[in-house]
Amino acid sequence: MTQSSGAVLAQESITITLRGRKVVGGYAEGEALVTRDTISGWGGINPMTGTVIETRHELRGQTFKDKILVFPGAKGSSGWSAAFHVTRITGTAPKALVFNEMTTKIALGAVVMRIPSVTDLDRDPLEVIETGDWVKVDGDRGIVEIHRGPHGCGVTGL
Amino acid sequence: MKLTDSEQAMLDGREGKAKQKAMDLLVRYGEALDAERFVDTTNVAGVPAYYSPVLLDYYKATADDAYDVIYSRFDLDSDEVVEVPRVMVNSCALQGGVDAEGWKTLGKNYEALRMSEQSEAASAARGVRILKTCTPYLAGNVPKRGEHCAWMESSAVVYCNSVLGARTNTEGRESTSAAMLTGKIPDWGFHGDEFRLATHHIQVEVPVESMLDWGMLGYFIGAEVGERIPVVTGSISRPDLIRHKHFGAAAASSGGVEMYHLVGLTPEAATLEEALGGRLPWEFIPYGKAEQRRTYENLNSKASDPNVDFVMLGCPHAALEQLQEIAGLLDGKRLSENCKLWVFTSRAIRAEADAAGYVGVIRAAGGVVLTDTCSSIAQAVPPGTKVVALDSAKQTHYLPAIMGIQAWFGTTADCINAALTGRWNGRAP
Repeated sequence: MTQSSGAVLAQESITITLRGRKVVGGYAEGEALVTRDTISGWGGINPMTGTVIETRHELRGQTFKDKILVFPGAKGSSGWSAAFHVTRITGTAPKALVFNEMTTKIALGAVVMRIPSVTDLDRDPLEVIETGDWVKVDGDRGIVEIHRGPHGCGVTGL
Repeated sequence: MKLTDSEQAMLDGREGKAKQKAMDLLVRYGEALDAERFVDTTNVAGVPAYYSPVLLDYYKATADDAYDVIYSRFDLDSDEVVEVPRVMVNSCALQGGVDAEGWKTLGKNYEALRMSEQSEAASAARGVRILKTCTPYLAGNVPKRGEHCAWMESSAVVYCNSVLGARTNTEGRESTSAAMLTGKIPDWGFHGDEFRLATHHIQVEVPVESMLDWGMLGYFIGAEVGERIPVVTGSISRPDLIRHKHFGAAAASSGGVEMYHLVGLTPEAATLEEALGGRLPWEFIPYGKAEQRRTYENLNSKASDPNVDFVMLGCPHAALEQLQEIAGLLDGKRLSENCKLWVFTSRAIRAEADAAGYVGVIRAAGGVVLTDTCSSIAQAVPPGTKVVALDSAKQTHYLPAIMGIQAWFGTTADCINAALTGRWNGRAP
């Protein structure tokens, strides 16, 4: 479990482990979708398709369905939890949440989506995780494991 | 979490199944927050068992069981359907998606109206006050300073904390519905003194006076501070209720602002030092001519076509003074044939505006006064709408993305002018 500079390990797979706090327990793994923009729930996503719709958002038009969503936190309407709750019903929810900023919106949203969620990590997940990385989230232990293949590509199924 | 005996009794099911499910959700939520205990709340504002076609379909709810099914399975996140009892504390229902009178104008079908009325009647029968507005503080629910609340609606939350000095986090549908049945909410965030202190110091260096000025300042601050707490000093004039309403709503849309301090003006900010709790701000952010200009341009970046076919006012729901202003601007005039005007407010304010004759004036000019909802919530604009004009930074933030239309942002007078001429002539301040 080492984390090294890309120059040394450019041709090898690397694994990085982050330790944080359980928000919601459970285990999931999947491909990371990383954004530096906070996410609005109601009015910011389309819960029927699991897509970000907010104007000027860097993920606009992209789907978080079945992704490990890595983001700074929630913003906007108090309909955050309800909008993400609907994604559970429509089958478009992310597989797990990894985030920095705890708010009531994100706590409640994570609880009702019933997906493993972790925060308060020992390193900034936005700095460490890249879109496409294969990420394992152990909600109960608050551990996030990042697997990155050679050339920075995600390695499915590592 | 540490539970009191009565909380444990509810969780153990000794107070009935519904309270057990509500406590179970609240404990999961409190643990997610890392809260240690609950606080007793005496004022809950939410949208209990609000019916949507997606939920009715997914849960295969029927007219007979829809309230219990949706309240249990969606609101309380329970796998089991329980019978929903009367609410335990002062509870009110916020905005919904249908206006009982204007549903045809909104393009809703009779089925949607019938389901909305059924949900509302079932809530009322359980003791929920049917205010049907995003501005409960204008419709008879005005919390007192220090009162622990559990409110939804980001614009109402920021007003509750900042202007009234009451205490609430931005709660969600599930937590408010659970709080209505238990009188409990996690003791986290804005319920504590220290959390309420300002983190960011905003120095205003350009005159901020009109509702437009306040809306833009709020929109700028929200984008700058995110979910942090700003304290504002400088060239601001004393805001009235309407300016607070637009400022807070904007800051809660571009960011996640749940509380702000205006030095010498809001209850927990007699001085800058008090607002900051004697600490230094994390950041000092000036707001001058350049920032104001940039904010105006951002808000108007979603429009290019000067032909306006729709004007929507009343976000957050219009106060009586705003309906008076709108009626004054429309008095004796007719809207352009190419433009529609919808003004949204609460049922309570609508009744007052009716009595004062404002609704009649607006209607005579060709406009419509609607209640209970807004274009963003109802996802409703007049058929064929391409370009809307708005006087709310919040609605400008949401509506173009939700409905796929262009939006101009300006003063109420700019918007009425557009409704009368069908053309946008707004100017930067």
